[in-house]
Amino acid sequence: MIECKNIAKTYSSGAGEATVLKGLSFKIDDGEFVAIIGPSGSGKSTLMHILGALDTPTSGSYLLDGKNVSDFSDDELADIRNKKIGFVFQSFNLLARSTVLRNVMLPLVYAGVSKEDREIKAKESLKNAGLDELHFYHLTNQLSGGQMQRVAIARALVNNPSLILADEPTGNLDSKTGEIVLDTFEALNKEQHHTIILITHEREVAEHADRIITIRDGVIVEDSKNTKKSK
Amino acid sequence: MKISDLFEEISLALLANKARSGLTILGIVIGIGSVIAMISIGQGASGSIQSNIQSMGSNLVEVMPGTQKSSGVSSGWGSSQSLTLADADAIAAEVPTAKAVAGEVSGRYQVTSKGKNTNTSVVGTVASYPVIRNVEIDLGYFISDQNVKSMSKVAVLGSGARDDLFGEGVDAVGQVIRIKGIEFKVIGVTKAKGGTGMGSQDDMIFIPLSTAQKFLVGNNYLSTINIQAQDAESMTELQAQVTNLLLSRHNISNPDNADFRIMNQADIVASASSITDTLTLLLGAIAGISLIVGGIGIMNMMLTTVTERTREIGLRKAIGAKRKDISLQFLVEAVMLTFIGGAVGIFIGWLASIAVTKFSGVATKVSLTSVLLAFGVSAAIGIIFGYYPARRAAKLNPITALRYE
Repeated sequence: MIECKNIAKTYSSGAGEATVLKGLSFKIDDGEFVAIIGPSGSGKSTLMHILGALDTPTSGSYLLDGKNVSDFSDDELADIRNKKIGFVFQSFNLLARSTVLRNVMLPLVYAGVSKEDREIKAKESLKNAGLDELHFYHLTNQLSGGQMQRVAIARALVNNPSLILADEPTGNLDSKTGEIVLDTFEALNKEQHHTIILITHEREVAEHADRIITIRDGVIVEDSKNTKKSK
Repeated sequence: MKISDLFEEISLALLANKARSGLTILGIVIGIGSVIAMISIGQGASGSIQSNIQSMGSNLVEVMPGTQKSSGVSSGWGSSQSLTLADADAIAAEVPTAKAVAGEVSGRYQVTSKGKNTNTSVVGTVASYPVIRNVEIDLGYFISDQNVKSMSKVAVLGSGARDDLFGEGVDAVGQVIRIKGIEFKVIGVTKAKGGTGMGSQDDMIFIPLSTAQKFLVGNNYLSTINIQAQDAESMTELQAQVTNLLLSRHNISNPDNADFRIMNQADIVASASSITDTLTLLLGAIAGISLIVGGIGIMNMMLTTVTERTREIGLRKAIGAKRKDISLQFLVEAVMLTFIGGAVGIFIGWLASIAVTKFSGVATKVSLTSVLLAFGVSAAIGIIFGYYPARRAAKLNPITALRYE
């Protein structure tokens, strides 16, 4: 479960101070599929970094599974990212010249999982992400964009995290492949009850989620159930 | 992160860029290889000089006239006239630690045989000389006490002098040579010792001491008194006893004004090694420079790698790599490069020193110390030049690293 209380983030530079987030509060329960939407400059990327434990808020508290992550050290944050968060990036960020399997096993390497277990978990995760077994030993740069994003999703899933953070996951894909990837997220949420936060600036993408949080200029302007979603 | 995983990551990273890794390693190979080769040449030279000195005789102490304090240019033979045959006899009689004593006069002369001539060192000495100076006779005999007593005009040729005057391997015994125009009959030839350079006994010609004093020098002084000590331990004692004896014989009360000087083999070896040590140091320093250049090459490659792999570092941090994991990965990568380079460099340096010995005849010696030193230095270079890039990688902010284009 995620709880944000009055989160603010201020960047200071030579030119002065810029407040990007101005006191955001919300809760996300386990098993929710939430989209955070907002135009560029709204602060959604900064929020994503805080939710992903890549950064800490200037003030306010961020509770992830009951732990206040906001005052963690660098290494403690790395540990949280490794065990509790799975990232899916717009540009996939896979290791080129490495096999699909190796990429998916990477978080487990840092978690100190044994070699045999790594392979079992990685294969299972790849199946859940919907990648054909045929590609497991291919190099990642031989794959199509859609396949690459499935590998990235598998990598995000492999440690069975409390939260999957997808940052514009369809941004580098054509609309048809994008649909397939979004369907994968929906399936993971419905069938395996993973908590998913989708960060995007596109309304059609956001409408795959059950709940949409809209932010603008560092504040939440709307937080509502997605009524348009069929079913 | 486990050690085995760390090494797997590093091998993959190094293999991903074979050409660059190879060239960087080459820099270290050349550095370590030249250190090994240069030090082996230096140590080989010092080893062969020392064994040459040892071959001149064991437990040897030499007494020589002091430098002439009056005017004039010293001209070798008889330049300072302070030692006499009587001094040598007194040492033999009165110093108990002296096992054998041989006076000598020596100088360079033009020596001719039928149609050939050479300029070489002629040594006038006595029968005990071969024992003290390790001279072995190949053909014929060495000078006898009888020869010295009767002032015979006989000569014993060093093997090199024989080669110059009569040709290689010719039996010269019974032939005649002329030294300073005076005829001498050859009665023996010495065995080759193989020493090279100044003072090689192979190039000397030996004649009776009395003959040399009468016909070549024209006075009764000695240029050297060779003394063999009973054993290595008695050398210092012998030196002190000989000094005291000669000072009293020459009526000198202040040892600082002694008109002779005493050198033992240890002194000669020490002065020779100080020269070769300097040589080794110089060669090592030249090689060390190339090693530093190799190290800078490592740092350059690691910095390029860190920049190139910024996004990868960002990703690794995002999925849970700690600072330590990242810095260790890059540091060990640099150490691995230098370690491989060090191992190959030692092998190449060893081959090079063998080649130097084979083609130039200069003795070389690859010592365990220089190998261990090279390994230590290459590992240290990896750590020193890998530290900064590794720290830079570890300090990268994952957010900016992920966005890096």
